[in-house]
Amino acid sequence: MTAPRDFKYVGTRPIRHDGVDKVTGRASYGADAAWPGMLHGFVLRSPHAHARIVSIDTGAAEAVPGVHAVITGKDLPETTATIALGEAAIDLRDIGDNVLAKTKTLYHGHAVAAVAATTIDIAREAAAAIEVVYDVLEPVTGIDRALGAGAPILHPALVTKGAAGPDAGGPTNIASRMELKRGDVDAGFAEADLVVEREFRTPMVHQGYIEPHACIARCGEDGRAVVWCTTQGPFVVRDACAAIVGLDPANVKVVPSEIGGGFGGKIVVYLEPLALALARKARRPVKIVMGRDDVFRATGPTSGSKVRVKLGAKRDGTIVAASASLWYEAGAYAGSPVGAGAMCMLAAYKVPNFFIEAYDVVVNKPKVAAYRAPGSPIAAFAVESVVDEIARELKIDPIELRLMNANAEGDRAPYGPKYGPIGLAQILEAARAHPHWRAPLGANQGRGFAVGFWFNAGMNSSATVTLNSDGSAAVVTGNPDIGGTRAAQAMMAAEELGIPVERVRSNVGDTDGSGFTDVTGGSRVCYATGMAVIRAAEDAREQLRARAATIWNVSKDAVGWENGRAIPPAGTEKASPMTVAELTAKMTQTGGPIVGRASLYAPMAGPAFGAHICDLEVDPETGRSRIVRYTAFQDVGKAVHPSYVEGQMQGGVAQGIGWALNEEYIYSADGVMENAGFLDYRMPVASDLPMIETVIVEVANPLHPYGVRGVGEVPIVPPLAAVANAMRDATGIRFTELPLSPPRVLEAIEAAAAVPVEA
Amino acid sequence: MVAIRYETPRSVSEAVRLMAADPGARVLAGGTDLLVQFRTGVRQPSAFVDIKRIPELMSIAIDAHGLRLGAATPAAVIGEHAELRRLWPGLAESVRLIGSTQIQGRGSVGGNLCNASPAADTTCALIVNRAECVIAGPNGERTVPVEAFSIAPGRTVLQPGELLVAIRVPRPAARTSDAYLRLIPRTEMDIAVAGAAASVTLDAAGLCTTARVAIGAVAPTALRVPAAEQALVGSRLDEASLKRAADAASAAARPIDDKRGTTAYRRTVAGVLTRRAAAIAAARAREQGSHP
Repeated sequence: MTAPRDFKYVGTRPIRHDGVDKVTGRASYGADAAWPGMLHGFVLRSPHAHARIVSIDTGAAEAVPGVHAVITGKDLPETTATIALGEAAIDLRDIGDNVLAKTKTLYHGHAVAAVAATTIDIAREAAAAIEVVYDVLEPVTGIDRALGAGAPILHPALVTKGAAGPDAGGPTNIASRMELKRGDVDAGFAEADLVVEREFRTPMVHQGYIEPHACIARCGEDGRAVVWCTTQGPFVVRDACAAIVGLDPANVKVVPSEIGGGFGGKIVVYLEPLALALARKARRPVKIVMGRDDVFRATGPTSGSKVRVKLGAKRDGTIVAASASLWYEAGAYAGSPVGAGAMCMLAAYKVPNFFIEAYDVVVNKPKVAAYRAPGSPIAAFAVESVVDEIARELKIDPIELRLMNANAEGDRAPYGPKYGPIGLAQILEAARAHPHWRAPLGANQGRGFAVGFWFNAGMNSSATVTLNSDGSAAVVTGNPDIGGTRAAQAMMAAEELGIPVERVRSNVGDTDGSGFTDVTGGSRVCYATGMAVIRAAEDAREQLRARAATIWNVSKDAVGWENGRAIPPAGTEKASPMTVAELTAKMTQTGGPIVGRASLYAPMAGPAFGAHICDLEVDPETGRSRIVRYTAFQDVGKAVHPSYVEGQMQGGVAQGIGWALNEEYIYSADGVMENAGFLDYRMPVASDLPMIETVIVEVANPLHPYGVRGVGEVPIVPPLAAVANAMRDATGIRFTELPLSPPRVLEAIEAAAAVPVEA
Repeated sequence: MVAIRYETPRSVSEAVRLMAADPGARVLAGGTDLLVQFRTGVRQPSAFVDIKRIPELMSIAIDAHGLRLGAATPAAVIGEHAELRRLWPGLAESVRLIGSTQIQGRGSVGGNLCNASPAADTTCALIVNRAECVIAGPNGERTVPVEAFSIAPGRTVLQPGELLVAIRVPRPAARTSDAYLRLIPRTEMDIAVAGAAASVTLDAAGLCTTARVAIGAVAPTALRVPAAEQALVGSRLDEASLKRAADAASAAARPIDDKRGTTAYRRTVAGVLTRRAAAIAAARAREQGSHP
């Protein structure tokens, strides 16, 4: 365990380094690049949710003046490659088929062809001239249909992976099944005084990042290619593009643009392989920019779900048994985050006996991608709603009930390992002590409480810290900055070097300019890449000490370091402490440039919990609700830049509230998405939300030199249940299906009024 | 290739000539609906006829007869007009509900009417205020009551070459006021799931002498609801009469079931909003009575 440390920069709130460029419009995003000779790409997409591609005739499109290249699935090789991504792996065969359908289209909006032309209007016009003959099939529009008798099968060769289930064998839409168990669940329930079982449903929802996908790519006659794109993972884009298009990864450079939000949705590729394949065929750079409708229809939202949860508790509130079944929609190809949902759902609680089964189900909807703590919010909605029911039934304060059952350091997590120091009890106590928990409620208002968990990730990170002769420094890492990480990294380098944070430039490198670094995801950047920055800065500092030793003609071990200055050993004649700037001014004479570097693999991270209090007011005549007060408590380990930590907490809450109240993918019976735009896909707008209060709790993570834990994902986990529990408190009605849109709430209020129920 | 002309007439007659000469031309006021339709390929005009440089289309005039509102006057200008807000607070509210601050700087009441969405926020408030559309065309000027202007979603009575130039609203009688309410799941940047406007006139004793009620987003066009008006006239706008008006509005609603709301939901909410709008209009009219 690291000793408490007095920080000079960590914990302060400097102005972010990338702020001025962003607010003045100078920052270059995915769609902002323009290269000489550039063509514009347009993607033709399937109007059908499920169809066999009988034929594609591109002749008429190719004949349109101004068209330089047309590609279909036949232009991309089959690949069986995979990309490692932490514990998971990205199956590039599926990704390749997803970016351009080979034999079947599997969702409304699935790409079937792409055109590159001198203008976007010509490209669009040519795409309209492509003749695709479809054999339209019945779509699988949801979990019930996917599992029902006689369901259409998306992938005839699909075999259920993992633990055998009751329905193993034969054609299936179940891509995988996993089990998680501990103790004797039947004996556990037999011991319980109260058993509550409910079934929950949530719709497919999108991350809603403000910047649509966009890229520009070129490919020379020598096979060397460059892709500029908005992405969370330039190395993933490199490897995926190379495999899907059929290039040597060594020949592909990916340059990440500034990024306008990702939330997990900008890790896999959509447009990049198409732009690259078109560019290779046309021998000209090709730029493709998605419209918002395509972002909704054809990128990676998160799963719709069905979750059944049963909890058993003793009269005193001790939870003794749990069982759960989870079915998550994967979309068109295997890979929902149902496993993560299963592993997270009981993470907060000491449950001696449990049995969880988790099904990954393919349906004719877009292939899901990561979305902020993937899988955990859906599972928390179910579990935290049932825990709320237990607290009500047993008349125990909901925070008290959770404290009674809370996991602590040394307890075994439901997903396997023993917890190190975790801040669950601390955030629960902070919530209980907060004035919000005791504040009076007005008419038609209710209060809800929920907790949430996320593992957080470590993985591969690299960093360099280059010192300039004026004593300033430049940090380069390979992580696109979606959450203020450049500012945090500059602060860490400043802390280690003892130079002002304003004197550190923090940069995102491309795949040739930075050491290999895993994606910006898993709340890992400030933690793992931050650790690489700290070590790289230490490396630079050690080199400075060596230079001071040279100047003073003493051994390096004798040189001290304090407050950004090398300190000569006592008694050294004519030597006085030297600052970083004084040392770098003599770099050339003392051995040349100084570049600190570090690469590391962080096998583990600091798991974290959040606890949220939500006050909601409902209009009983219209079912419309609004959030009137919201407070989020979170163990962040150590807040490097508290403003960004608070911003992450507020952002997660805002997305979670949207998911709870109004967001949903709406499909027609034939699988056509009906609300592919921000007008009818109702994300919250600023005026919908109160100022979200935040309480930072710091329980140091011993794996990080400053105690940092991942921050960005935890705060989206509790809101679904916190809002639903507040709605229960306000209306007396337990809602088990999201979103809590006005029509759904009013219908339930009217039904409850018709049949009196016990409040 | 798409080639589109952009015209900037300086007078109504010049605009009418341009519109009459090219059936594919579309009038561009704020463009907040038209440009979106253009970008998504719903409309492919051959020309945009920008009417914002015609002074009389960008003006607000209030005299003893009432209001003459230039059809292209931006919502933000209307929202800042103190006299208009005082005389027609419900109408002003309906204008200020449209879109965002940025949209308010562009969008106009004329555009809102010509887009002919059944959910248009200003229509109901204009109907209850007896507003008329002033239409210029190759054969001169004609007027049409607002409730007759839209004939179906996206369609109006405008003939080829015709142009909506102004909206006229008669000056309200003493102890008269109005209100407009809409239901959206969010607080802004949304389209009404249901809307309702009411205007009431009280006599010195507080009895309702005339009432107008209109509901939106619950039929192919905004509907005036005479049965709801009859429920209010002669009453003190007490709970019972407001409830009768609400029931009449719900009964008159002919909503569709779609992604924005169910039939049953829209019918119920049309009634709730009618009751609430009438109550607000009544309170405002009473307030006028107490401060003559």
